[in-house]
Amino acid sequence: MDEKKSLWQEFTKGIIKENPVLRLILGCCATLAVTTAASNAIGMGAATTFVLVCSNAAISLLRNIIPNKVRIPAFITIIAGFVTVVQLFIKAFSPALDTALGVFLPLIVVNCIILGRAEMFASKNKVLPSIIDGLGMGVGFTAAMLAMGIIRELLGAGTVFGLPILSGFMEPIIIFLLPPGGFFVFGMLIALAGKLSKEGHAPESTACAHCPLAQSCSKISEKQGKGAAE
Amino acid sequence: MDAQSVKTLVAIFLAAILTENYVLNKFLGICPFLGVSKKLDTAFGMSCAVTVVMVIATAVTWPLYTYLLVPNGLEYLQTIVFILVIAALVQLLETVLRKYMPPLYSALGIYLPLITTNCAVLGVTMLVLEKGAADPSFGFVQSLVNAFGSGVGFLVAMLLFAGVRERLEDCDIPETFRGLPITLVAASLVAVSFLGFNGLVDRLM
Repeated sequence: MDEKKSLWQEFTKGIIKENPVLRLILGCCATLAVTTAASNAIGMGAATTFVLVCSNAAISLLRNIIPNKVRIPAFITIIAGFVTVVQLFIKAFSPALDTALGVFLPLIVVNCIILGRAEMFASKNKVLPSIIDGLGMGVGFTAAMLAMGIIRELLGAGTVFGLPILSGFMEPIIIFLLPPGGFFVFGMLIALAGKLSKEGHAPESTACAHCPLAQSCSKISEKQGKGAAE
Repeated sequence: MDAQSVKTLVAIFLAAILTENYVLNKFLGICPFLGVSKKLDTAFGMSCAVTVVMVIATAVTWPLYTYLLVPNGLEYLQTIVFILVIAALVQLLETVLRKYMPPLYSALGIYLPLITTNCAVLGVTMLVLEKGAADPSFGFVQSLVNAFGSGVGFLVAMLLFAGVRERLEDCDIPETFRGLPITLVAASLVAVSFLGFNGLVDRLM
């Protein structure tokens, strides 16, 4: 009973409390780039979730075999393998989605959500919780991207999933489909998520603590701190 | 090299900086853009390191793909090969700089490990190949110029944005928007200004 409950918590934390996009601010490049349409957001979310679940499972299985010193390159290789699988699969079954996602499909490799979960969770936990963690994070990522995709598509093109909703009611505001609209909507959603969260405010910056390269990051913020003191 | 090809190279360079800016137009390398742009000098150091790695990575991956992967029918290995090459390259560059150029290492070295998982670097190596596939005249030299221009474009965006953020520090911002939200709204406005360059380079060609 207890075990079930904790697995459920493992799953839901990625969706609400630690939503990777809106609370941890990870994977911003993909979030901003592919959310010009709601259907792209779903496709990208599903591809990322698949990679996240598979790489979490594989890394969790291998966690006692991979030497600590070469763990990051090993993780990257495992992730790149699963990304190639997804890439070939989408190319074969949905060429339209492949064109829409473009270079961001192979770039799932460097999506910090995946490497971050590998380092923070999968390399320290058993297989089942790791899979659930990957699933929860993937669903949270997809949900946040979907919300952004719906807002941008509705305001920018007047449609949702290609269905005309605002036709005759108002003119589409094209700038929401362009890069500035992406930054703007993302900022608004982070502010909203921050307001609704327990802390009551949005995070100060990207979540370095969840990134495997946090060590070198903190060196930079030290340097920034020193620069400010001078 | 005749005048026409020099003109094309200049157009590629300018397009990479202004109309196809990696950060503000293509959403590549957003993490360092938001994370390291608080102070002008760190923004400058990070962008220089990115530019150097972009050019070297393109110089290595382009021949590797064209002369090794394509003739052997191994194009599908592109993602794995490229990320490993970039990771190894960054490590090598760090070691070489530390050994032979300590002043440069102390300026750029701390940024290098971050660059392995920077999507702008992996992005540039893949995008130049995509361009080459669409237009056969877009060869090795054009790819290198594009990579260098993309790096400079990254630098321009980072420096402009660092300036904007230093101004933001003194502003009285509503509590809900403090931190990242206002930073993203500011980025949106900087991106609007870059929209103004659309069409500029097509006229140059």
